[in-house]
Amino acid sequence: MRSTPRILSLVAVGLLGGSLAACGGGKSGGAASGAGGPIKVKATDTACEVSASTLPAGTHVFAISNSGAKVTEFYVYAAGDRVMGEVENITPGLSRELRVELPAGAYQTACKPGMVGAGIRAALTVSGSAVPLTEDAALQQASVNYTRYITSQSEALVQKTTDFANAVKAGDVAKAKALYPIARTYYERIEPVAEIFGNLDPKIDGREDDATAELPFTGFHKLEKDLWVAGDVGKDAAVADQLVTDVKEVVTKAKDEKLSPLQLANGAKELLDEVANSKITGEEDRYSHTDLWDFAANVDGSQAAVGALRPALEQRDPALVKQIDAAFAAVDTELAKYRDGDGWKLQNQLSQAELKGLSDAINALAEPISKIAGVIAQK
Amino acid sequence: MTDTTVSRRRAIALAGAGVAGIAGAAAAGGALIRGAVAGDHGDPQQLAAGAVAFHGAAQAGIVTPAQDRLHFVAFDVLTKDRARLVQLLKDWTAAAARMTEGRDAGAIGATAGELEAPPDDTGEAIGLPPSGLTLTVGFGPTLFRDAGGADRFGLASRKPAALADLPHFRGDSIDAAISGGDLCVQACANDPQVAVHAIRNLARIGMGVVSVRWSQLGFGRTSSTSTSQATPRNLFGFKDGTANLKAEETDLLREHLWVQPGDGADWMTGGAYLVTRKIRMMVEPWDRTSLGEQEDIIGRTKGEGAPMGQAKEFDEIDLVSKNGAGDPLIRVDAHVRLAHPDTNKGARLLRRGYNFVDGSDGLGRLNAGLFFIAYQRDPRTAFVPVQTSLSRLDAMNEYIRHVSSGLFACPPGVSGPDDFWGRALFA
Repeated sequence: MRSTPRILSLVAVGLLGGSLAACGGGKSGGAASGAGGPIKVKATDTACEVSASTLPAGTHVFAISNSGAKVTEFYVYAAGDRVMGEVENITPGLSRELRVELPAGAYQTACKPGMVGAGIRAALTVSGSAVPLTEDAALQQASVNYTRYITSQSEALVQKTTDFANAVKAGDVAKAKALYPIARTYYERIEPVAEIFGNLDPKIDGREDDATAELPFTGFHKLEKDLWVAGDVGKDAAVADQLVTDVKEVVTKAKDEKLSPLQLANGAKELLDEVANSKITGEEDRYSHTDLWDFAANVDGSQAAVGALRPALEQRDPALVKQIDAAFAAVDTELAKYRDGDGWKLQNQLSQAELKGLSDAINALAEPISKIAGVIAQK
Repeated sequence: MTDTTVSRRRAIALAGAGVAGIAGAAAAGGALIRGAVAGDHGDPQQLAAGAVAFHGAAQAGIVTPAQDRLHFVAFDVLTKDRARLVQLLKDWTAAAARMTEGRDAGAIGATAGELEAPPDDTGEAIGLPPSGLTLTVGFGPTLFRDAGGADRFGLASRKPAALADLPHFRGDSIDAAISGGDLCVQACANDPQVAVHAIRNLARIGMGVVSVRWSQLGFGRTSSTSTSQATPRNLFGFKDGTANLKAEETDLLREHLWVQPGDGADWMTGGAYLVTRKIRMMVEPWDRTSLGEQEDIIGRTKGEGAPMGQAKEFDEIDLVSKNGAGDPLIRVDAHVRLAHPDTNKGARLLRRGYNFVDGSDGLGRLNAGLFFIAYQRDPRTAFVPVQTSLSRLDAMNEYIRHVSSGLFACPPGVSGPDDFWGRALFA
């Protein structure tokens, strides 16, 4: 969490009038995939077979079955990895459906076995007539795009946090340790939203030195400390239950929250500030040293917020979009050096020079991202 | 401030391009522009607050009368794209020209922009005068070839022979993390906030293209670079830089400071090579040393600064005569003897170092010393022989440690608004 939740000072603008829902896919009058049944996606640990690579514009249903051994995710991306639709947390053996409205354009599908990295990609072309959005419509669409992201992340957040809490309550230290960075991933991706709700973020994600008499040390980091330092969570059942309760409350509130484009722009920047201030330094996960999970999640969340704004940004400042794309790619390249199996190296396993490399990449990204709000605010 | 787009420091009006040749063709960049307020000529406070011309045949900040404060920074270049590096040098040049005049780093300014956007100037210099700010750029050996020998930007063939890596000197305890660098910027000013503001804004403009490798603050000049200045003292309490090259010594500057046509890389003609050394001073043991021993180690008296055996600071150093006991007036291991041109085949440097105190070291000692800065025509015949001589014999070595080292080629000045730092190198 941040010590100063600046986003609180921004008014959540209720941008979404009922008519706006038509803006994004308003011209997508073509046949939906309903006629031929859902588009089948066969996901394994090494493949992602999508039964169609061209579609007419309209609403489509993807049916994803995971026959691999790893938990996977499925995404439909527009240019710049703008998330059009996604399903999180598809466990082995499970099948899930995704309903997504796709205007004409070029897309990519992606499965992410192990829930990390760029995923296994395939091109998806959607044909039909597409009328470019007006600038205002493009901006309003940003909130819709981002809400979609929040919704899918929230679902996985509740699920994984519950799993983590159950492991804590069962006294299964090894399992709880393994689940800790994964549950946090979903939280860190949507943290700018969580921080809107007053004391919830401190309760969920507060650090020991932030604790006060009114807000004692609790939540993820209290459990982290007991897992890694004491190796004993025997007295933490209530803390675990409270964490799940608080996370559920965030999720309920988040689903109703419509972030304004300006909030999205600032959220994208603040997620990177989080990375710079507490992940690279190892402050965030000081007992487990799993900071790189949070790092990757913050960058994911930042990219999702930028992606939501992308159509508007491309109209207003295409050069900035190019710069940001290149900088996100550079962060991914730098971070990829520290992959370790399905997870990441521990923060304290990186040398000072390696941490500086990450810091340089984040600075190079955060500087152009800090300019988005100004671009969005221009009339 | 309602009119920040013009200048945040309009109180100090600028005038006088009349800076005619103080020190020959290459020295114009070092001349002070005087404040335009009538009758202020010669008023030291006005001079200290005024602006130094950014454009000129030579870069400002070399023979410019040494300002009181320093912020020095070395950068690593991150990008592999030559065009991005060149664009950064153009952006830096424009920002440097603005800040030197006392204006904001960016065209919009610290407070005139949109509320939703971060300002293009960081703002801590609002209301401060230009304060004699100079910004001087240099290119390190690693810009031309990396440690593996690879030609990074197609510049390898343009690397001057004089930019040869410095050798290891006896007793060196160099920390690589605070040494070297692909680029450097020396910011000198009479107000520390103005110097820090300049470096901070240049670093910000460079995000993604360069990364700060190390930086050093200095709080008091230890050299005079003009006969108009009194000789300051270093943290050993002694006058430093009495025998320095000075801006007024045109012929000596041509011979010892400025790179001349035919010296080597043409793009460096009119420039100079910069050596930096962070020299930690063990001030606590020094302070327990007797006055007589201190004077013998330096080779000058502590009060007047006169060479041993002489009466006045600027009296000639006598390396030959002996005292009544038959010993040389200047000890064989005295600092001034070993650094003297006669001991080093005539080698001369233009020094403009600064005292530093980087807090304390956790062992109850000040982390203090001298950030040594020297400009010269060719380090191979200037700093290297002098330091070789000092490192072998200097009695002062017991009280100092060289902990960082830097070497940079500082190109000639920026001629006007269409020119930029290093244009000839990248041409």
